Amino acid sequence: MTDAPDFLLVPGDPADTLAFSGRMLVSTLGTLDRRLRTITTPIAQIDLAAVTAFDTVGAWICCRIMRETGAQVVNAGEGATRLIAELHRIDDGRVDTPLQPQPARVRVPGKIGDGVVNMARGGIGMLGFVGEMVRAIGGLLRHPGRFRRRALVHQMELVGVNSLGIIGLMSFLVGIVIAQQGAVELRQFGAEVYTVNLVGRLTLRELGILMTAIMVAGRSGSAFAAEIGTMKLTEEVDAMRTIGVSPMEALIIPRVLATVIMMPLLGVYAAVMGIIGGAFLGQLTLDIPFWTFISRVRNVVPDYDLWVGLIKGPVFGLVVALAGCYHGMQVKANAEEVGQRTTSAVVMAIFTVIVLDAFFAVFFSEVNWG
Amino acid sequence: MMSLGQSAHPAPLLGEADQFPIRVRGLRNAFGDDVVHENIDLDVRRGEILGVVGGSGTGKSVLMRSIIGLQVPEAGSIEVLGQSITADDDAGQSSIRSRWGVLFQGGALFSTLSVAENIEVPLREFYPEIDARLLAEIAHYKIRLTGLTGDAAIRYPAELSGGMRKRAGLARALALDPELLFLDEPTAGLDPIGAAAFDTLTRDLQQTLGLTVFLITHDLDTLHEICDRVAVIADKQVIAVGTIPELLALDHPWIQAYFKGPRGRAAASLRPKI
Repeated sequence: MTDAPDFLLVPGDPADTLAFSGRMLVSTLGTLDRRLRTITTPIAQIDLAAVTAFDTVGAWICCRIMRETGAQVVNAGEGATRLIAELHRIDDGRVDTPLQPQPARVRVPGKIGDGVVNMARGGIGMLGFVGEMVRAIGGLLRHPGRFRRRALVHQMELVGVNSLGIIGLMSFLVGIVIAQQGAVELRQFGAEVYTVNLVGRLTLRELGILMTAIMVAGRSGSAFAAEIGTMKLTEEVDAMRTIGVSPMEALIIPRVLATVIMMPLLGVYAAVMGIIGGAFLGQLTLDIPFWTFISRVRNVVPDYDLWVGLIKGPVFGLVVALAGCYHGMQVKANAEEVGQRTTSAVVMAIFTVIVLDAFFAVFFSEVNWG
Repeated sequence: MMSLGQSAHPAPLLGEADQFPIRVRGLRNAFGDDVVHENIDLDVRRGEILGVVGGSGTGKSVLMRSIIGLQVPEAGSIEVLGQSITADDDAGQSSIRSRWGVLFQGGALFSTLSVAENIEVPLREFYPEIDARLLAEIAHYKIRLTGLTGDAAIRYPAELSGGMRKRAGLARALALDPELLFLDEPTAGLDPIGAAAFDTLTRDLQQTLGLTVFLITHDLDTLHEICDRVAVIADKQVIAVGTIPELLALDHPWIQAYFKGPRGRAAASLRPKI
């Protein structure tokens, strides 16, 4: 097995003879090939007399030398002759050189340009997607029988009920952190009791719904993109269309609607869990009894704080679900795209949610709901 | 067509592992209570094309998956090229992976890589010392060898037709110049001209490269055209292995129905009598 291939350049007139020896196989020829490419003298004959094993890579190398120098093969066995003849027949004389990477001064502006074009295309595509969805909703309003109630309920379970545990735990812990940090600062003014205001208002207005939106984007938005993307790859979406089932009605509207419905509910639930977390910490370290904390929340938190959370909820839900479904539907060719689109869906959803949250903050303070 | 006499008398001087690249003994496969294979014995001879036939759901693909180590059998032993697949020997099994090539039903090309890159994957994996130029050349001639044009090299699997994908899959299976080739329904989904061309290609490559081919098929033309022997799977067993005339001599209802049915007769009538 250690019979490594080698070659000898036998000088001759007018051209040399290239004599190979040993096992000329794919497993052994890697390093030899590099040395062969350094030969510059003309070659008239390729002598295979001392070759002990031969496969298509060996045959290819002979073939290449024959093409480049016009050499003839001599002393080849029956199998080797057949292999070389076969490769010679199919050799189209083209040499594929691996693509050279472009220099950075071309590549970087190119990438930036691609990014800008893709962003514009994405914006237009998203607009078209929303338009298509609105049209489908219009169709459903005219023919309510076509609405997929079971798909909606199923998605509500996946998006809402199944995430109760993780969202509850997360909000509870966030409530504890706010209460703890707030108490440390407020203690300096002897205003520890205002921790209740801090926890109650912050969780109901901002954190409950924001953290929920981020969690749902990571949990369900990504799942929408990956599910729909994989269905596109396996042609399930095309199959649906040909059967006469609109993917908009069957896949997208139930998911979007389920998220829009569940998001405010989850947001309120998250706020409640946050308040419980705060009250829990109050009992432990601030000497505010648990039930006192809870009843104080009712006194110090204005009603409109709840409405702020409830108004933001469906909007955030819409953003998260649309991003997931839109990116899922954009998958076309391969598995890598599913991963990229899932990432884009989550990033786009979280980014848009935070930008919108800032707009909402300004808006609500302008209408004196601050 | 290889003569019947030649495959019936293997050279006696070869060792057992050389003579039978694939040896299956007492194989049992089951999914839960659903037994797919019970006590299967099968020998594949060196240098032959063995066709494997059986009704849908009789476990032809499961048999192939067991032999290439993707499906762990419940009982039995499998030896490929003298190396046990069923024993716990990762190093030995890794070395025989460079000596076989597998074409899956759908091609199973890596969708994020171009055809040329797909072919380079096994080469890079086993022989990192091969440089980029030689890799590109090998990929190019393998593509040409399987009857594709050189332009296919830079295309991605999603841009190829079904037949081209099969050929590209075959090119990848041949990347390492294997001794053993596993083909899972290579002609399924091809038009008759494309299927006939693929048959010829398989036969030519097998003869040129001296391959042993394990070929699962439903295609009666393929069986008549290129298979040296045919193994029939039915009733959870390999009920018979032999040339088509030998199988026809058996009085098994499934075999008779398979080869003597309207499609079987049509395929046989196109062949000169052996």
